[in-house]
Amino acid sequence: MADLSVDIAGLRLKNPVMTASGTFGYGLEYQDFVSLEEIGGIIVKGTTLHPRQGNPYPRMAETAMGMLNCVGLQNKGVDYFCTHIYPEIRHIGTNMIVNVSGNSPEDYAECAARIDALDDIPAIELNISCPNVKHGGMAFGTTCEGAAGVVSAVRKAYSKTLIVKLSPNVTSITDIALAVQDAGADAVSLINTLMGMAIDIEKRKRILSIGTGGLSGPCVKPVALRMVYQVAHAVQIPVVGLGGISSAADAIEFLLAGASAIEIGTANFVDPTVTVKVARGIDAYLEKHGFSSVKEIIGLCE
Amino acid sequence: MKKYVLDLKVSALTRLGNQHLLIKCKPSEGNLPPMLPGQFAQLRIDTSAQAYLRRPISIHYVDEQKDEVWFLVQMKGEGTRSLASLATGDILNVVAPLGNGFTLPTSSSERVLLVGGGVGVAPLLYLGRKLREMGHEPTFLLGARSAQDLLQAEEYEALGTLYVTTEDGSRGEKGFVTQHSILQTERFSRICVCGPLPMMQAVARYAYSTGTPCEVSLENKMACGIGACLCCVEDIQEEGHVCVCKDGPVFNINQLKWQI
Repeated sequence: MADLSVDIAGLRLKNPVMTASGTFGYGLEYQDFVSLEEIGGIIVKGTTLHPRQGNPYPRMAETAMGMLNCVGLQNKGVDYFCTHIYPEIRHIGTNMIVNVSGNSPEDYAECAARIDALDDIPAIELNISCPNVKHGGMAFGTTCEGAAGVVSAVRKAYSKTLIVKLSPNVTSITDIALAVQDAGADAVSLINTLMGMAIDIEKRKRILSIGTGGLSGPCVKPVALRMVYQVAHAVQIPVVGLGGISSAADAIEFLLAGASAIEIGTANFVDPTVTVKVARGIDAYLEKHGFSSVKEIIGLCE
Repeated sequence: MKKYVLDLKVSALTRLGNQHLLIKCKPSEGNLPPMLPGQFAQLRIDTSAQAYLRRPISIHYVDEQKDEVWFLVQMKGEGTRSLASLATGDILNVVAPLGNGFTLPTSSSERVLLVGGGVGVAPLLYLGRKLREMGHEPTFLLGARSAQDLLQAEEYEALGTLYVTTEDGSRGEKGFVTQHSILQTERFSRICVCGPLPMMQAVARYAYSTGTPCEVSLENKMACGIGACLCCVEDIQEEGHVCVCKDGPVFNINQLKWQI
């Protein structure tokens, strides 16, 4: 077996496979299907300072090789997370990472500070790229100033590994990546969903309750891969790649493009065991091609 | 209840009319896990370019003797239509059992009415069998467009008393299920409903007016089926948005915020 471990700015993963926020619940939802400790990291549902009901139903529209969603960060708030969910998940034998979102830099910082106090949460992923909320979310992630402002505020309040999740709905994702690097991010993850739309031609109405949603699934993979490649060649901090990964081959493409780790999202819905299959598949690839460590293939593609 | 990813082997595939499929499958290894009436499975669709996600399909019936589970599928879109290309012996990958299921009566004297419309009749067969095992004589009230669209009628008849309405009057009483005379002449202690939303809401109105406890099975559009993606939410009393896939699909009508 090859050495699958990777390091994301001090965060040690036993393998480069993580789960994308919003697709894996709090991990517990999948424990009947996979042994969670075989996953490199589990990034749990987006968490905000205050509880959020999210957007009205319908929140999902299937597309060719993918889906649109407009869940809108439904969650019970960070205090509920700390008191009710954290005790349930803290002893899961992998890195439990919280995805943090907010309406203002102060909200983000306050939420991050509360999670900083939790011993068994070694990192947060800062969501400055949610396309489904009116205030905050992607509003911060689409300008260099907005992104840097949130990251600076959180950096002062948070001492552990800070991963910043970037929006693809921008003109230059590398400019945003450089801005959050300068503002103190330890790593970046990309891409969040692409803004999209679906229309019911019989009702002649937009399907999703808020009209638009975020596109995910295999259909976005080439776009995500291109952005990961570009960002990995522009920044000095580690890059976590995601967007449509559903097989070991997909994951290896992202690693070759320069990602130090990857996240699997929508594919969990189709195959709840995909995470461990991808981890094993990466190992098989490394063995087959004579690599002793996964680190040898990160960014190997020129 | 523990959930599984199962490779099932298709033991029989029957077309029912133009629009429906009856798929019977057995586990390719081991035994079927326990399943409750009203629970569902997520069927994997591999043969369609347009359909990416699994399709949530209710457990139609479980034959414990044969270790066989049945799915009754309406071929509505490309995903479900692609299931028609399955052949006997093919593998159907499912995630099951999912969701909560109908509440089973605790006393022995209950008269349970099972109301189904269209493909919504599906979960009521397994429910009827369970009720019968518990010593109840289930009453089925099933609605369809026409006699030809009525699904699996003989199976329901074998388990209890069957009343039918059809929109064209070609079988049973003409009209919708809520117009059937049985609702005027008899009283039930509990109603379980599955079918199109307007039908379920009409039955819920009847249940409210007669003070009869009533459960309905919702079919909100979902992605994961296990409470992870939060796409299939229903806004319910007190709790707000809950997942139909995990906290449902069966809800007591008192939990819902239906304007009826």
